[in-house]
Amino acid sequence: MIAELGHYALVLALLVAVVQASVPLIGAARGDEAWMAVAPFAAVAQALLVATAFLALMHAYVTSDFSVANVAENSHSLKPMLYKVAGVWGNHEGSLVLWVLILTTFGAAVALAGGNLPPAFKARALAVQGLISVGFLAFMVATSNPFLRLDPAPVEGRDLNPLLQDPGLAFHPPFLYFGYVGLSMAFSFAVAALIEGRVDAAWARWVRPWTLAAWCALSLGIAMGSWWAYYELGWGGWWFWDPVENASFMPWLAATALLHSAIVVEKRNALKSWTILLAIIAFSLSLMGTFLVRSGVLTSVHAFATDPARGVFILGLLVLAIGGSLMLYAVRAPALKPEGVFAPISREGGMVLNNLLLCVACVAVLAGTLYPLVLDALGGGTVSVGPPYFDRVFVPIMVPLTLAMALGPLVQWKRGDGRAVVQRMGSLAVAAALAWVAGMALVDRANVASALGLALAAWLGVGVLIEFGGRLGLGRVPWRDSAARAVNLPRAAWGMTIAHLGFAVIIAGITGSSAWRTEAILVMRPGDAVDVAGYSFTFEGEREVPGPNYTAQRGTVTVARGGETVAVLEPEKRFYPSQRTTTTEAAIHTTWMADLYAVLGDAADGQGWSMRFYHNPLVPWLWLGGLVMVLGGVVSLTDRRHRVGAPARWRLAPVAGD
Amino acid sequence: MRGAFLIAVLLALGATPAFAVKPDEMLANPTLEARARAISADLRCLVCQNQSIDDSDADLARDLRLLVRERLVAGDTDKQALDYIVARYGDFLLLDPPFKAKTWALWLGPFVVLAGAALAVGVYVRRQARRAEPATTPLSADEARRLRDLLDGPHG
Repeated sequence: MIAELGHYALVLALLVAVVQASVPLIGAARGDEAWMAVAPFAAVAQALLVATAFLALMHAYVTSDFSVANVAENSHSLKPMLYKVAGVWGNHEGSLVLWVLILTTFGAAVALAGGNLPPAFKARALAVQGLISVGFLAFMVATSNPFLRLDPAPVEGRDLNPLLQDPGLAFHPPFLYFGYVGLSMAFSFAVAALIEGRVDAAWARWVRPWTLAAWCALSLGIAMGSWWAYYELGWGGWWFWDPVENASFMPWLAATALLHSAIVVEKRNALKSWTILLAIIAFSLSLMGTFLVRSGVLTSVHAFATDPARGVFILGLLVLAIGGSLMLYAVRAPALKPEGVFAPISREGGMVLNNLLLCVACVAVLAGTLYPLVLDALGGGTVSVGPPYFDRVFVPIMVPLTLAMALGPLVQWKRGDGRAVVQRMGSLAVAAALAWVAGMALVDRANVASALGLALAAWLGVGVLIEFGGRLGLGRVPWRDSAARAVNLPRAAWGMTIAHLGFAVIIAGITGSSAWRTEAILVMRPGDAVDVAGYSFTFEGEREVPGPNYTAQRGTVTVARGGETVAVLEPEKRFYPSQRTTTTEAAIHTTWMADLYAVLGDAADGQGWSMRFYHNPLVPWLWLGGLVMVLGGVVSLTDRRHRVGAPARWRLAPVAGD
Repeated sequence: MRGAFLIAVLLALGATPAFAVKPDEMLANPTLEARARAISADLRCLVCQNQSIDDSDADLARDLRLLVRERLVAGDTDKQALDYIVARYGDFLLLDPPFKAKTWALWLGPFVVLAGAALAVGVYVRRQARRAEPATTPLSADEARRLRDLLDGPHG
């Protein structure tokens, strides 16, 4: 009964979405306030209906109602409660419900909190949100109903893939979706602005917080996924350039570019039509990410053929959403008013360079991800595109981006002083050279390339600190004044400094993990020891430990350095009878400068156990840097300029008649 | 999501994570073994999704790892060993796609886009910077005199 209620709520939500997508749009075109006023009500009603459906599905999972096909296929009565709940979005249908839930919640948030938006603009933005909802809800109702019943109901479910029964992965999809959907707000605002034919600083001020929030969530989601891969897949890698990873990385790159270009629109009223285009691109990539991953087409073009209904629907939706918005852009963008001007060497110029490089990086990832697919579809044969391609194409684009990242904030708006920038490059170069020498000298197996990675991190880190010091007037004014300046500095400036520093930390982490890792793979009997990067790993033995829905073999490894015990690692191998699969749980001890990483392998026919140990220098800095970047985003989000100020100017402006 | 699908596919294809290179496969000679690992990292496990044979636990990956080591022990250079395997399994095996007619667009595409976009940006920045200039037309003789009067006024 509750499942049917959920299904009914979904269908109702679709009908409400159709109303939300049409009535306010017509109302805004005619200037009819009553019709425009439908939008907020529809948005809230839709959110409540989708929440009902989501809770109904959650109820089926929590109570292990195996008469619901989706639950029977993805859950198990013995599964811990956390994973029963997370299991709701651990599958195709359920993840779509979560997606729409977040989408409609955002819509309701705009409806309730968007009081400072001009009514016509608000109506149009909500109508575009409604349109996106219509697409997703129709897809669900037509091809991916999560509430289908089974008769007779099975006694037990088939369980969630054990690899996904992990806290890191349980919350990874919600963050990713929050990011994808957050970009839908930028998209809706962009399309609404195109319909109105007007973009100004106030528009940028509404778009920025949504994009920023989406960017933070996306960053966190990607970091979580990468962290999960690092400890769960058991070979110590953290990024594989897998198509599924790339699908979330491309929207992130576009969102990062959008974040920066929106600043130019807000501060200088320039790059308006480009920013609109970028908002459309960022959300299009999110849509593509969601759908291509879900449709399985990334694995093989032939996945479309196995489920043609879904495949055709997805293709149709993508063409309509992306093609339609780009068409609207082509027609309306030329009508946008001329923009603020700037010299090539200026903060705006730096932002343009940032956008150029980020977008080309995005193109490179897109090319590497879709090329095998497109080539195969065109009958050009098969080709593999793996990490070596991305290392060679993506990295060369990121290096100049990082170099410019240190300099951009040092240049003034509108017309910068090129000579002053060159002078400051001197101190950055000194810092980079010192880091390079240190990298060569301190690390055992330093090589030129990896030391250059450290140099790049130092260049950026010092650049960020110089810029920040300049703002505080360090060395020029008494320290008391500097402290006062720090307190009064806009949160957005703090946010930028923190986020850019985080990126420098990540570069150091990437360098360390890719160049200086040490590994040992061997068969060990209890009592055996092996030396890895100056640490002695002793295998003490192994025993069987029962888990809630698995049995584990737990190894004990003592790690010592200079005779002193540093850590006791307990790597596990877990067997899940319900799916007859085994997972590895790596044991990791972090010193913050490096990770000590142990994996328990298979028993080697009475000769002991195969073991795998890693010393991964600077890997913790990857997650640390990622968190620092997100922190920067959050700090920037608290800037009061996002909440007050600009909208007043909009109200005074005469409403353009269409 | 990424993980969900990567893994769902991996499992469907019969590969499990956990171990890739096993101790019993490894060569005693550390130089040869290091070369074998480097080659393995660039070879695709054909039955997995985007995994190298070095990372994969599938039987086919193991066979290929052993084959690579066999060739190296037999005295092949890295290139000879790679060629030997590619001749049997095809280009699809190479995670580092070779630069051929069918991959020109892949390798050059991003850089062509970079060049094109850089050109477009250059033209745009220059054009809009020029648009600024009319706004700073020099003062007319009359304006210059008035300005001088204003500035010098108090002194005399």
